[in-house]
Amino acid sequence: MTTAVHQGLAPTRESLSNGAVILAKETHTTPAVAFSATFRAGSIYDPPGCVGLAHFLSRVIDRGTATRSADDIAEALDGRGVSLMVVATRQVMTLACICLAEDFDAMLELVADVCMHPTFPDREIETRRREIVTSIRQDEDNPAVMAVEGLMGVLYPDGHPYGQRTRGSIATVEAIGRSELQGFHARTFSPSALSLVVVGDVVASRAIEQAAHVFGGWNGPPTPPAAVPDPPAAGGRRQVVTPMMNKVQADVAYGFVTIARSDPSYYPFLLMNNVLGQYALGGRLGDSIRERQGMAYYVFSAFDANVGRGPLVIRAGVNPRNVDRAIASIDEELRRLAADGVTARELAESKQYLVGSMPRTLETNAGIGAFLQNVEYFGLGLDYDVRLPRLINDVTLEQVNEQARRYLAPERAALSIAGPYEGVRESRD
Amino acid sequence: MSDQVSKPQPGDRYNGDMGTSTQEENGRLAARVLDNGLKVLVQEEHTAPLASVWCWYKVGSKDEAPGLTGVSHWVEHMNFKGTKNIPRDQVKGIIEQFGGSWNGYTWIDQTTYLETATHDALDRMLFIESERMASCLYDPEDCESERTVIISELQGGENDPDQLLDTEVTAAAFKAHPYGHPTIGWLSDLERMTRDELYGYYRRYYVPNNATLVVVGDLEADDVFRAAERHFGAIQPGTVPPRVYTKEPAQIGERRVTVSREGTTSYLKVAYHAPAAAEADFVPMLLIDAVLAGAKGANLWAGFRTPPPQRSARLYRALVDSRLASAVGGAILPTQDPFLYAISVTVAEGVALATVEQAAIEQLDRLGREGVTEQELAKAQRQLGARLVFENDSITNIAHQIGFFETIATVDVYRDLPSRIADVSLDQVNGAAAKYLRPTNRTIGWFEPVPPGSGAPVTADEPPTSGPTSEAR
Repeated sequence: MTTAVHQGLAPTRESLSNGAVILAKETHTTPAVAFSATFRAGSIYDPPGCVGLAHFLSRVIDRGTATRSADDIAEALDGRGVSLMVVATRQVMTLACICLAEDFDAMLELVADVCMHPTFPDREIETRRREIVTSIRQDEDNPAVMAVEGLMGVLYPDGHPYGQRTRGSIATVEAIGRSELQGFHARTFSPSALSLVVVGDVVASRAIEQAAHVFGGWNGPPTPPAAVPDPPAAGGRRQVVTPMMNKVQADVAYGFVTIARSDPSYYPFLLMNNVLGQYALGGRLGDSIRERQGMAYYVFSAFDANVGRGPLVIRAGVNPRNVDRAIASIDEELRRLAADGVTARELAESKQYLVGSMPRTLETNAGIGAFLQNVEYFGLGLDYDVRLPRLINDVTLEQVNEQARRYLAPERAALSIAGPYEGVRESRD
Repeated sequence: MSDQVSKPQPGDRYNGDMGTSTQEENGRLAARVLDNGLKVLVQEEHTAPLASVWCWYKVGSKDEAPGLTGVSHWVEHMNFKGTKNIPRDQVKGIIEQFGGSWNGYTWIDQTTYLETATHDALDRMLFIESERMASCLYDPEDCESERTVIISELQGGENDPDQLLDTEVTAAAFKAHPYGHPTIGWLSDLERMTRDELYGYYRRYYVPNNATLVVVGDLEADDVFRAAERHFGAIQPGTVPPRVYTKEPAQIGERRVTVSREGTTSYLKVAYHAPAAAEADFVPMLLIDAVLAGAKGANLWAGFRTPPPQRSARLYRALVDSRLASAVGGAILPTQDPFLYAISVTVAEGVALATVEQAAIEQLDRLGREGVTEQELAKAQRQLGARLVFENDSITNIAHQIGFFETIATVDVYRDLPSRIADVSLDQVNGAAAKYLRPTNRTIGWFEPVPPGSGAPVTADEPPTSGPTSEAR
């Protein structure tokens, strides 16, 4: 049996002289290592008129370096069973992979080379451009994507960086060339914008040594984090409909602009959202819309408190004839939660769940890695996993209910419906 | 809920205990069969203070007669709705109190349920599974409410053109074996099925001698066996209906199917009849898939969430690097009876389906004719070996593999995978390629988008995916 060691993750953290930050955590669950290199290079850094540039970079950055062709990289990865994933979100770009412990040195060296010395061969730019255009066309035929993108556009209008589509449009993607990619890379990929997290079957000090070896000689200007402006305050209820009459089911996205990660009300909001649309099978929303009314296979709420004020998004997939009823049920649950608050029992259960699920979250190398990237990105501290239970348990009922009262107002909600539903085209007031 | 287990104390679920053992101390599998026929498999893994419980039933959509398609999956849904000793209003939170997660899925050969939570929840998890096996309620109102949830699940699947095509290709590939109908069922059956049909099906198949209980985690095996006896020992065995004996007749010519629907993007599928998991040719086909599209491993629950290493794979080079397609994937899944090896292609914007088909078929035919090279085989073996390590990174994933293979074959088929992969010969691989990658053994499917207004009328009469159908999340 394990012996309880009240130490927590206790990762090792080191800053290199060029500003790069490395976190390492040794584990021995499998003879493998998960590592990720994250840069402040998400789509909020796309220059005006060049929406989709960060995403384009994520598709082509690993297709050739000064010393490796795309084929060389392909062979190096495939030969070890490694798939390198490069993902651009609105905030960051992450290069991540899982490899056998014996391949760690070689893979880290390869990923560092990709980060520092990409060459963007013309042939690769054109091939990946065609892939992106196809994926944008697929999105246009996907009601779930269209509903959420529509909602983000309503919540974050007038060119706000959260309202732009990460993939861009076909027009912007067609206009992106090598010089834009090189320029974006030069601006955003610098050692001071890098956090490298290594978790797995490698001694932490050796992981850091190896990271210092491959990234230590890299120099570049510091890149200040972008400030995300507040979106305009919601005047009233707004709705956008994307008719997709070739589809069978409609997707509803319903939401509000909420808080930033640094907001002191983050933990009360986290618990409020858990009660509303997460706990067990979709919280109160799941009880009403799936369990009691049988209207939807999925309904839940999610919130993304980030550098800027992020959205709370409620999602449901429903038969088109139930769209209005589902929305009325969401309205009703929000009003009830704002008026009456959560119960003491609900709050206790959500606390117990959020704290109790931490061992599962931190079971795998990839899970620990994602947790530590978050710790570094938001400056939460190396003992965050040990402090988190207290931060959750100290939240009071009144603090949770205050968040419900402040944010859950159907009359200020934004709605986006995509699918075989025509409804009211658009009514903004 | 009964007072079988004490309530956990708030806030005591994370104390920073990260586990202290190493991989060498773990991994021994112990097995017992209770007097009522329930097989119990336990593997100690002291890497985190967690336990994962899976209860597997040898029933899936291949056991469904016409008129009852989708019943296995609907039964799975009903088995989350309260039992004699877990009232409906106490289902919510029953495992979340232990920081746990739960789920279930139904596929062609099997139905399974799981909980993963802190290790002190073992009694709670076994209690839930014993109640699920013997005491579910099937309240008529709950059956009706779930009918529309499942139809919503079906219709959500239909929104995805790739899933629509998958269903059509699978149906075209099987004319006799019931693998041909989708796990979620046909809409008309879902509209008509009665509460008594659901309940009758549940009572026939949910007996201890048709189940395998798998427990993996930070526990002592002997404690688990005692607890399993305590929770399941009194459940009476039943007479398990015989399983399907129909064999799909050998295919005698290429089949084609086209889905014409409004859409933006074309999709291509090429599906070959393929060996079952326990057959000698299964591992060679896994390796052939790795050469064509990159190794995915063999864990449906875990392995398919990260993309395969495929940049140097034959079909990736021929279709994606050549700009004919934006994505290509291959799938040979472990099944009890011979199922399919399927290639799925997303056609690039502006490229004709026929052009992509020709390029894909050229590669597939060539591999069937000429086989793979020594170098390709060695790379595929390394890839698969690494994927098997990656996909076993949690007790939930390990427990899945043990129960999955025991249900569709034997657990030894799973345990022998690494050595079978390492020991395979070039002749075996190329023999399997010649046997399966034949034009007469395949079904080719096109999803051909038609302009708005010219498509078939959109009603909810088309099927969804034939892949595993999951309860939630």
